[in-house]
Amino acid sequence: MAAAPVGARRFAEGGRGRSALLTGLLILPAGLWYLALLVAPLAIIVVFSFGVRAKNGGYAPAFTFDNYVSALERTEPFVNSLVMAAGGTIGCLLVALPLAYFLATRAGGRKNTLILLLIIPFWTSFLIRTYAWLIILNPDSGVAGWVQALTGNERFAILGSPFAVLIGLVYGYLPLMVFPLYVTLERMDRTLVEASKDLGAGRWATFRQVTLPIALPGLVTGSILVFIPMMGEYVIPAILGYGRYYMMGNALVSSFLEARNWPAGSARAVGLILVMLVTVTFYLWFVNRGRRTREASVL
Amino acid sequence: MSASVTTAAGAQAAFGRRGRGVDRSGRLVERWFRVHTAAVYLFLYLPIFIVILFAFNGTDGRATLWQGFSPKWFGIALNDSLVQTYLKNSFLIAVPNAVLATLFGTMAALGLQRVGRKLRVVFDALTYISVIVPEIVIALSTLVLFATGFDIVFDLTGSRPRFGHATVIAAHVLFNTSLVLLLVRARLSTMDRTHVEASYDLFATPWRTFVQITFPQLLPAIFAGFLLSFTFSFDDYVITTFTTGPGSSTLPLFIFGQIKRGVTPETNAVATMMLVFTLAMLFVGQWVLTRQGRRRGQQTSMAGIVAQQA
Repeated sequence: MAAAPVGARRFAEGGRGRSALLTGLLILPAGLWYLALLVAPLAIIVVFSFGVRAKNGGYAPAFTFDNYVSALERTEPFVNSLVMAAGGTIGCLLVALPLAYFLATRAGGRKNTLILLLIIPFWTSFLIRTYAWLIILNPDSGVAGWVQALTGNERFAILGSPFAVLIGLVYGYLPLMVFPLYVTLERMDRTLVEASKDLGAGRWATFRQVTLPIALPGLVTGSILVFIPMMGEYVIPAILGYGRYYMMGNALVSSFLEARNWPAGSARAVGLILVMLVTVTFYLWFVNRGRRTREASVL
Repeated sequence: MSASVTTAAGAQAAFGRRGRGVDRSGRLVERWFRVHTAAVYLFLYLPIFIVILFAFNGTDGRATLWQGFSPKWFGIALNDSLVQTYLKNSFLIAVPNAVLATLFGTMAALGLQRVGRKLRVVFDALTYISVIVPEIVIALSTLVLFATGFDIVFDLTGSRPRFGHATVIAAHVLFNTSLVLLLVRARLSTMDRTHVEASYDLFATPWRTFVQITFPQLLPAIFAGFLLSFTFSFDDYVITTFTTGPGSSTLPLFIFGQIKRGVTPETNAVATMMLVFTLAMLFVGQWVLTRQGRRRGQQTSMAGIVAQQA
C-alpha cells in the first residue's frame, strides 16, 4: 500500500497488505456471527412488525401499522412490566443501599470475602435459584403454609401473585445493584461525613446531604442495570407468577408461539427494544453530564 | 444554601440536649447495619441451600413435605434415561459453544486493536446491543429468523434443515463471543506494552511475540471467558428453549418441564448436581488462575476478572 514505515516494526510486521488481511481474518468470525444472529434477527422482526399474520400463522408480507396500533390498545403486559420493573428496582435499592454502605465503610478485612459471596450465586443457574422459591413460599409446608396456620386464612397464597414475582426479581438481580453502589461509596471521601457531623448535622441530614449525592451515580447505574433485564423478564413471572401475572416476556411468547401471530409479536418486541434504548439514552445523558459521574459509568 | 445552614444550626442546638441519646441511637444504627447485611446474605443463599436440602428428602412423592434424610433421589436421577440424554446434550452444546466463543471472541479482541475507530465503534455498539436487548427478544427473533430461513432453504432445495444442537450452539455463541470479547479486551487495555515493544526491538516476528508475550498475558482472561461461556450455556434456559429441536433438550429444559408438572425431589437432585458441577468448575478455574498467578508473581482471580468487567 502506501510508503512503509521504517525500522524494526516494519521488518517484523511484513507488508501492510498482509497485516490488513490478518486483521480482517481475526474479526471475521465474530463479525459474521453478529451479522447473522444479532443484526439479522432484529432486522427481521422490524420488517415483520409491519406485516400481517399468515392464514396458518407466521408472517405474510404487507405494510401496515395495525400491529403497533393494537399493541398500543392492549397495554396491560407493558404496564405490568413497567410496574414490576420499577417496583423491583426500588426493592433492590432498599436492600442494596445499606448493604453496599456496610461493605464500603464497615466490613474491614472481610470485605473481599463478602463481595466474593455476592458473586457466587450469580455463577449458578438462574432457573434453579428462581424455582427454589417455589419450595420456600409453597402453601403446604413453606411460608404461605405458616401464614395460613397463623391467620386461619386457608386461601392465603404468595405464589402466583405479583408479590411472588417481585420477590423473584429482587432476589435475581440484587447483586447488579450492589456492585455499582459499592464502587461509588468505596471511593467516597470519608472526611466529608466527619465534616458534616462536626458541623452538627445528624445522621439523617448527613445521609441525605452528603452520602446520597455522592452515591447518586452508582445508584443510577445500578437502577439501569436491574431495570432493563427486569422489563424483559420472562422466566420469573412464568414460574413464580404461574404465568398469571402477565408481563412483556410472557406476552411475547404467547404472541409468537401460541397465537402464532408473528407480526403482532414483532411489533411488541420492537416497542420493548425502543423502551430499552430510551432508558439507555437517558442513562448516557446522565453519565455525560459531569466528569465525576462519568467515572462511575458501567455501560 | 440557607436551608442547610438552618438544619445544621438546628441540629447543633439539639446536640446538647440529646448528647447521650445520639450515641445510643448510633449504636442501634450500627447494629441494624450488621443485622441487615446478615439478612441479605441469608436471603441470597437460603434458596440454594433449600434446593440442596430438599434433594435429600426421603419422601416418595410430594417434594415439599420433609420425610427424613435420604440420598436415594440422586440414584433415581442418575438412572433416569431422560436425565442421561439431557445431560449428554448439555455437554454436546456447552463444550463446542465455549470453544467457538472463546476462539471468536479472542480473535476479535486482537483484531479490533488493529482497526480504525469507525469499525471499533460499530463492534462496540453491537456488543452493547446484545447486552441491552432482552434475552427473550433475541431468543424469539432468532427463532423467527431460523424458521423463515429454513422455509427459504426448503423452497430452494426441497429439504428443510432442522432445529437441533447446531441452532442452539449458534445462538449461544453470539452471547458468549461478546462476553469473551469484553473480557479479553479489558485485559488487553490494562496490559503492559513494554514487553511487546521489547520483543519487537529484539527482532522477534509478530507471531513469536504473540506466542511468547501477548498470549501468556491474555491467558487468564481467555481461560475465564471459556469457563464462563461454558457455564452460561450449561445453565441457559431462555435461548435454548426457543432454538432447540426434538432430541436436543438440555438439563435446564428438563428442570423447567418438571417445574411445570410439579417439582419432585428428583428435580432437586438434578439441580443440586448442576449447582455443584458449575461451582466446582469455577473454583477449579480460580485455583488454576491463582496457582499460575503465583508462579508469574501476579494476582489474578476469576472474581477479579468478572468484577473488572462490572
